[in-house]
Amino acid sequence: MSTRTPARKYITANEAVACAARLARVEVIAAYPITPQTTIVEKLASFIARGEMDADFIKVESEHSALTACMGARMAGVRAFTSTSSQGLEYMHEMLAYVSGGRYPLVLVNVCRSVALPWSIWGDQQDAIQQRDTGWIQIFTETGQEAMDMVLQAYRIAEDHRILLPVMICLDGFIQSHTEELVEIPDQESVDSFLPPYDPVVTLDVDNPHTISMGGFGKHYAAWRREQQAAAEKAGEVIVEVGDEFARVFGRHYGGLIEPYRCEGAEAVILLMGALTGTAREVVDEMRADGQAVGLIKVRAFRPFPVQSLRQALSLVKAAAVLDRDCSWGYGGALATDLKAALYSLPNPPAMLNFIGGLGGADVSPEQMKYMLDKALAAKKGAPSSMEFIDL
Amino acid sequence: MKLKEISREELFRSSYGCAGCAAVLAVRLTLKVLGRNCVCVVPANCISTVSCYYPQTPFFVPMTVMAFAATGAALSGISAGFRRRGREDISVVGFSGDGGTADIGIQSLSGAIDGGYKFIYICYDNEAYMNTGIQRSGLTPYGATTTTTPAPCFETESKKDMLRIVAAHDIPYAATACTSYPLDFMQKVARANRVNGPTYIHVLAPCPTGWGFAPDRAIELGRMAVESGFWRLVELENGKLRTTHKPSRRRSVAEYFAAQTRFRQLSPEQIEEIQRNIDRRQAAGQAFSATG
Amino acid sequence: MKKSIPGPVSRAGNIPTRMGSWSTIKPVLKGKCNFCLLCWIFCPEGAISQDEGHRQVLFNNEECKGCGICVRECPTGAIEMAEPEQGERP
Repeated sequence: MSTRTPARKYITANEAVACAARLARVEVIAAYPITPQTTIVEKLASFIARGEMDADFIKVESEHSALTACMGARMAGVRAFTSTSSQGLEYMHEMLAYVSGGRYPLVLVNVCRSVALPWSIWGDQQDAIQQRDTGWIQIFTETGQEAMDMVLQAYRIAEDHRILLPVMICLDGFIQSHTEELVEIPDQESVDSFLPPYDPVVTLDVDNPHTISMGGFGKHYAAWRREQQAAAEKAGEVIVEVGDEFARVFGRHYGGLIEPYRCEGAEAVILLMGALTGTAREVVDEMRADGQAVGLIKVRAFRPFPVQSLRQALSLVKAAAVLDRDCSWGYGGALATDLKAALYSLPNPPAMLNFIGGLGGADVSPEQMKYMLDKALAAKKGAPSSMEFIDL
Repeated sequence: MKLKEISREELFRSSYGCAGCAAVLAVRLTLKVLGRNCVCVVPANCISTVSCYYPQTPFFVPMTVMAFAATGAALSGISAGFRRRGREDISVVGFSGDGGTADIGIQSLSGAIDGGYKFIYICYDNEAYMNTGIQRSGLTPYGATTTTTPAPCFETESKKDMLRIVAAHDIPYAATACTSYPLDFMQKVARANRVNGPTYIHVLAPCPTGWGFAPDRAIELGRMAVESGFWRLVELENGKLRTTHKPSRRRSVAEYFAAQTRFRQLSPEQIEEIQRNIDRRQAAGQAFSATG
Repeated sequence: MKKSIPGPVSRAGNIPTRMGSWSTIKPVLKGKCNFCLLCWIFCPEGAISQDEGHRQVLFNNEECKGCGICVRECPTGAIEMAEPEQGERP
C-alpha cells in the first residue's frame, strides 16, 4: 500500500472520473456533450486549459466521431478517453463494434441514462444494456470512488495483452454523476506504479507497416471472432487479478466480478447493478436485523457475464429478486434473463423474480426493495419466473 | 514536377479493382507523392472493397479500414495521436469515395476540418456508389442514370459542390483534380502535404463499370470531362481560387456524354440545356464552382 | 518474446494473389518506345516499370489486368495488346 496521503475531496462521480482520466495520463480526449455526462468533459477541458493535464482535446461534432477519433489515437499508439450517455452511446453503436473487433483497448465512461422514445434525460441503464453485444467489457459501479478506481483499473484490464478489448465503465446518471461524496484521489506516483505506459501490440507504424482493422472471409473471420470471445472470457480472470492488485496498492477492493453482501445462509437475495446497490444494502441490513435471511449480490461485471460466480453464489438460495433498470423488450430485464441462462442446468435453481424499475429516473425506494425481497422470501423453489414493473 | 522525377516505388499493387479503375490510379499516384512516411484511412468504398481481404493487402504503407461515416474523425484522431508522439512528420491521408464524402461522411469531414488537425482528405469521385452496384450519390451529376435513378429516368439533382462546402470552413488548402492530369493532381497532393492543417483534394476518377465505357478509355474520359468544362481543375489556398489547368481544346458536353452510356437517356434538347448552363457558369467565372 | 497480434491485421503489401490472371492479353511493345513514361504514370496497377538502360518500358504480366490504357495513351502507338507467346505467360 502507498505510504503517501491521498487527497480526500467531496466531488461528484463525474469529477472523480475526470480525475481518473488525468491520473491515467490519457493523452487524447474526444467527447461530445450530453446530459448527464457533460461535466466529465468540462472538467477534463478545464484541467487542460489550466495546464493541469497534458493532453489533446479533439473537438468533434458527434459521438460517432468522438469514439472514432479515440480509436484513431489508439491506432497511433496513444492512450485515449471518451465518455457519453444515452443517445450519444446509441449514436456510437457502429463504432463500438469497430473498436472491439479491431481490439483497441479504449476506455469509455457511460453515465447511464434512459433512451428515447419516450424521451427522458433521467437515469436508467437501458443505454448500456442496448450495447451489450458490441463486444465491450461492461462494468457497473456503485459510487464515485468505485467509478474513479474502475477507470484506473479499466486501462490495466483493456491494455493487458491477453485481453486487448475496450472497457465501458458505467455509472448511474444523477445518482452518481451529480451527487457529491467523499472521494479519495490517489497521488500520481501511486497511479504510475499501478498503471504502466501504454504498450500497444500494433499501431499504424511507418517503420513496421501493417494493414490493421481489415476484412476477411470464412475461416479467417471466424477465427478472429473466436479469439475475441476467448479474450472476453479471459477478461473475467483479469478483472479479478487487476482488482486484487489495485487493492494491494490503494487498499480498496470491490470484490471482483460480483460482490455478495450478507449472503451467508440467505434464503432470498436481491441482485442488481449500479448505484441503487447502496439502498439495497440498507434494506438487507434492516431485514437481517429483523431476523430475515436475505442477502444482496451486486453484479459488477455484466460482460463478461460472471456465470460461475453467480452459479456458486446462488446454488443454495431459494429465490432471487432481480432488479433491472432496463428491459429486453419481448423477453425481460437483461440481468434477469442472462442470469436465468447462467443458472441453466443448476440442480434445483432458485425461483426468479424479475422487477423492472427505476426507469426514466424513477426512484426505487427502500420500501420497494423490501417488497421485492418479501416476495422472494415467499416464493417456492421451482416456481415459474415472474416479471413485474414496479414504478407504476 | 516532372514525370522523370516521380518515385518509381509502387506502394499500392494487386488490388481487386476493376481493370481501368481510376480510383485505384488515384491511390497509386497519391502514394507516389507521400512515399512510405504516410498512413492511410479508407472507409467503406471501392478502394476498401477491392483491398484488404486477409491476408491480401495492396497497401505497402500502414493502412486501416474505417467505418463509412468516420473518415474525417479517424484522420483527426490519428493525427492527434502522432502529434502527441512528436511524429507530425507522418502524413495522414484518407481516401473516401463520393458518397462517403458528400453524403454519409460529410458531417465527420466538416467536424474534422473544424477540428484543425493536419491531414489530407482525398475524395475520389466516381460519381455514384460504385462498389454496391452504381447507386446515385450526392455527387452523381444531373442527367446520369444509376441503378437508383434508372432509365428512362435519370438523376434530377445537380452535383453538390464539395469545394464550396469545404471552402466555407476556411480550410487552408483545397483543390480539385482528375486522374487524367496526374502531374496536376500530384502537385496538389504535395502542396497539401506541406500544410500544417486540414486539406481536401477532390479528384474526379472515371469509372468504366459505372459510367459505361471501355476500360482503356478511363484516361480519355477524364480528359473529356475537363475539356468539356464539366469538371474544372482548381486550387484554393488561403481563400484564393486559382485555375491550375486550362484545357487547350474545348469539347462539347455532348461529345463527353456520347463517350459513355450513363447519359444515354438525355434528349439533344436536355444536353443543350446542360451545355448552356456550363457556358453560362464559365462566363460568369463562378468563383468556387468546380463543376462547369 | 514476439507479441502475437490479435484481430484482423496483415503485414503491409502482402499480395500473395496477383491479378494478372484476369486477362489473357497483355501489352507488348511493337513499335519504338520514346520513353515518355505516359503509360507508366497512367497504369492504375503500377504494372509498368522503366528499363533505364534500354530507354523503354517493361510490362509486368503478373500484375497487368489488361485494361489497355497504356495502348490508348501511348503517343507513338508503340504498344499493342496481344496473347503472350509460350513461356512469357505468368
